[in-house]
Amino acid sequence: MKRLEIPEIPVRSITHSAVAVLVGLLLGALLMIIFGHDPIRAYYWLFRGAFGTVPDIMETLAFATPLMLTAVTFAISAKAGLFNIGAEGQVYIGALGAVAAGGAIALPAGIQIAVATIFAMLLGALWAIPAAILKIWKGVHEVISSIMFNWIATYLTTYIAIYYLADPNSAERTVAALPGARYPILVEGSSLTAVVFVAVAFCVGIYIYLWGTKAGYELRLVGANPDAAKYAGVSSKRVILLSFVIGGLASGLAAASQIIGRPPAWTLYATLGNVVSLGFDGIGVALIGRNHPIGGIFAAIFYGGLQHGSRYMEYNAGVYSELVRAIGGLIVVALAAPEIVDIVRKRLRT
Amino acid sequence: MKSSYRSKGRRRLLLLVAVAFIAIGFYVLEVVGLNPVSLLESGLLAMTPLALTAVGECITEKSGVVNIGLEGILLITSVTGVYGAELFGNGYLGLLVGALTGAFIGLIFGLLSVYGRADQTIAGTGINLFAVGFIQYLLMAIWGFPGIHMMQKRLMVRPIYTPFGQLSIVTIFAVAAAGLAHILLHKTVLGFRIRAAGESPQAVDVAGVRVDRVRILATAIGGALCGVGGAFMSLALIGGVVKEISAGKGFISLACVVFAGLEPLLALAAALIFGFTEGFAFAVAVTPGVKEIIPFYFVNMIPYISTLVIVTFAVGRRRFPKASGVPYRRE
Repeated sequence: MKRLEIPEIPVRSITHSAVAVLVGLLLGALLMIIFGHDPIRAYYWLFRGAFGTVPDIMETLAFATPLMLTAVTFAISAKAGLFNIGAEGQVYIGALGAVAAGGAIALPAGIQIAVATIFAMLLGALWAIPAAILKIWKGVHEVISSIMFNWIATYLTTYIAIYYLADPNSAERTVAALPGARYPILVEGSSLTAVVFVAVAFCVGIYIYLWGTKAGYELRLVGANPDAAKYAGVSSKRVILLSFVIGGLASGLAAASQIIGRPPAWTLYATLGNVVSLGFDGIGVALIGRNHPIGGIFAAIFYGGLQHGSRYMEYNAGVYSELVRAIGGLIVVALAAPEIVDIVRKRLRT
Repeated sequence: MKSSYRSKGRRRLLLLVAVAFIAIGFYVLEVVGLNPVSLLESGLLAMTPLALTAVGECITEKSGVVNIGLEGILLITSVTGVYGAELFGNGYLGLLVGALTGAFIGLIFGLLSVYGRADQTIAGTGINLFAVGFIQYLLMAIWGFPGIHMMQKRLMVRPIYTPFGQLSIVTIFAVAAAGLAHILLHKTVLGFRIRAAGESPQAVDVAGVRVDRVRILATAIGGALCGVGGAFMSLALIGGVVKEISAGKGFISLACVVFAGLEPLLALAAALIFGFTEGFAFAVAVTPGVKEIIPFYFVNMIPYISTLVIVTFAVGRRRFPKASGVPYRRE
C-alpha cells in the first residue's frame, strides 16, 4: 500500500535513493573490473567530468533539462497508480511539433518560440492519449500499449522527418529551428539555454498541481487508494486520461528543449539520435527522484552528470560511456527491492 | 465461473478466425503469385522467439511472479549467445549459453522478487534499462565495435530441410516446450505447486512446500526459455547482434501471455498468430503495386499495430493468479 507523502523533507526516501545509487555504482564498478578497467579512475573522471568545473556543471544541467521532464511523465502516472513508459514515443512526436512550428514555418520572432514550445507539448500529449483511451475503454495494460506506441512513433517520426521536414541541404536532418524560435544560450560556449528555467518551472507547476489542487489530490488518491477514491466519487477514468495528457505535455516540452533549446544542433536528426532514450532515462530519473517532481530535478542533475561525465570517463579511463546507462538500470533494480537496500543500509551503519 | 467459460469459448472462436484468416491469406498469396511455403517459413521463424519467451513467462507468471524484464533478457542473451557460439565454435552451444544466461537473470529476478520483496514491475523495468546500456558496453568490451557485431556465417544455427520446406530445430523445440510446459503445469506435482504458489501461497506453505524455491525455480525456467529465444534471434535470424535486436519482442511476448491467459499452448497459438500476421503483412506490403503506395516505415509498424489490435479486441478481462506480483511473506 502506498502512503501519501508529507510535504516536509523526506529523509528516509532520500537515504533510500542514495543507497540504491551506491549499490548501482558498486555493481557498475564490478562490471568495469570484469573487463579489466580501473573503477576508481573511471569514477574519478566521471564525476570530475560532470561537476568539476563551472562549464561542465552547465553542460550537466543541459543534459538534465529534458530528463527532469520525461521523469514527470513517468512520475505523474505512477502517482495515479499507472505505469506509463511511453515518454520515449511522446518525445519523438513532440520533436516533430517543435521542428514544424520552430523551423518549417516563419512567425514573428516574439511569439514563435512560445508557439513552437506549445505545439511540441500538444503533440506529445496527443500521442499519449491513445494509450489512455485503450486503458479506459478495454483495460489494455499501459505497459504493453505504451511500448507499442513508442515503436510506432519511431517509424512515424523518421518517416515524417525524412519526407516532410527534411533540410533540403542535408538529408540526414530536419530543417533547423529559425533564430527566432531558439531559446537564448545562457553562457557562451555551453549548450545550456533558458529552456532550463521553463523545465524547472514546469516541474514546480506539477508539484503545486499535485499537492495544492483538488484535481491533484484526486489523482494521488486514485493512485494511493483506488477504493477510497471510488467511494469519494473520483472518476478514475478522468484521472487516467489527465495523468497521461500531463505526462505527454511534459515529454513534448522535453522534446522542445532538445530541438529549440539545445545548441549546436537546433534540429532533429533523421536517426532520432538527439532525442533517443530520453524517455527511458526519464523512468530511471523519476524512480531515483521518488516519483516526486522536485526530487526528479535533483535526480535529473545526477543522471545528466553521469551522461556528461561519461565522455570524460571513456576518454581518460577507457570505459565505454554506455556503461552509465547500465548503471542507471542497476540503480532502478536496487530501488525496486527495498529490503535489499535496507540490508545494505544496516550493514553500512554497523 | 460462467464468464470464464464464455471467455474460453471466445478465445477458441478467435483462434478459429485466425486460422481461417491465415488459410485465406495463403490462398490470396497463391493468386497474387507469392510463395506460401516461404511465408510459412518466415512466419515460423518470427514465431519462434515469441513462443519461447511467452511459454517461459506463462510458467513464471503461474507461480505468482510477473517478469516484465523479458525485453532485457532477450537483448542480453542475444549477445551472450553469439559470444558462446564464438567461444565454443558451435552455434548450438551458443543457444545453450543463451539459455544459461537467461536462467541466471531469471534467478536474480526471482531472488529479488522473493527475498528482496521487489516491486516486480519496477525491477523488470530496471532489467530492461540495464540491458540497453549493458549490451552496448558488452559489444564494445568484447568486440570493440559500437552497436553491432556480425558473426561468422558458419557458426549460425541453420534450418534443416524437410519435405515441407526449411524448418529450424529451435522452432520444433519451441513447439515441444509449449507442450511440455502444458504437461508440467497441469499433470505434474511440480506444476501443481507452481500454480498453487501463484494462487494461494499460504496453502503451499502450510503443506510444507517452500513457496520461495518454487517461485525462484519458475522464474529461472522462464528466463532460460526467454534466453533461448534471445540467442535464437542473433544466432539464427540475424547472424549477429545489433543494439535494437529485440525491437519490442519481449513486450509482444507479454501480450501473447496476456492473450493466452497464462496457458502455454494458447501462448504458442498467440505467438503463431503474431508471427504470421507479421510475415503476411510484410509479404503483402512488399508485393509490386502495394510496395509503391505504402512506404517501408509503415510496414515496420505492422507488428506493433497488430499487437495493439489483438490486445484491444481479442483480450477480455483475464483472471490472473490471485497472488500475481505479490511478494509472499511468511507469518
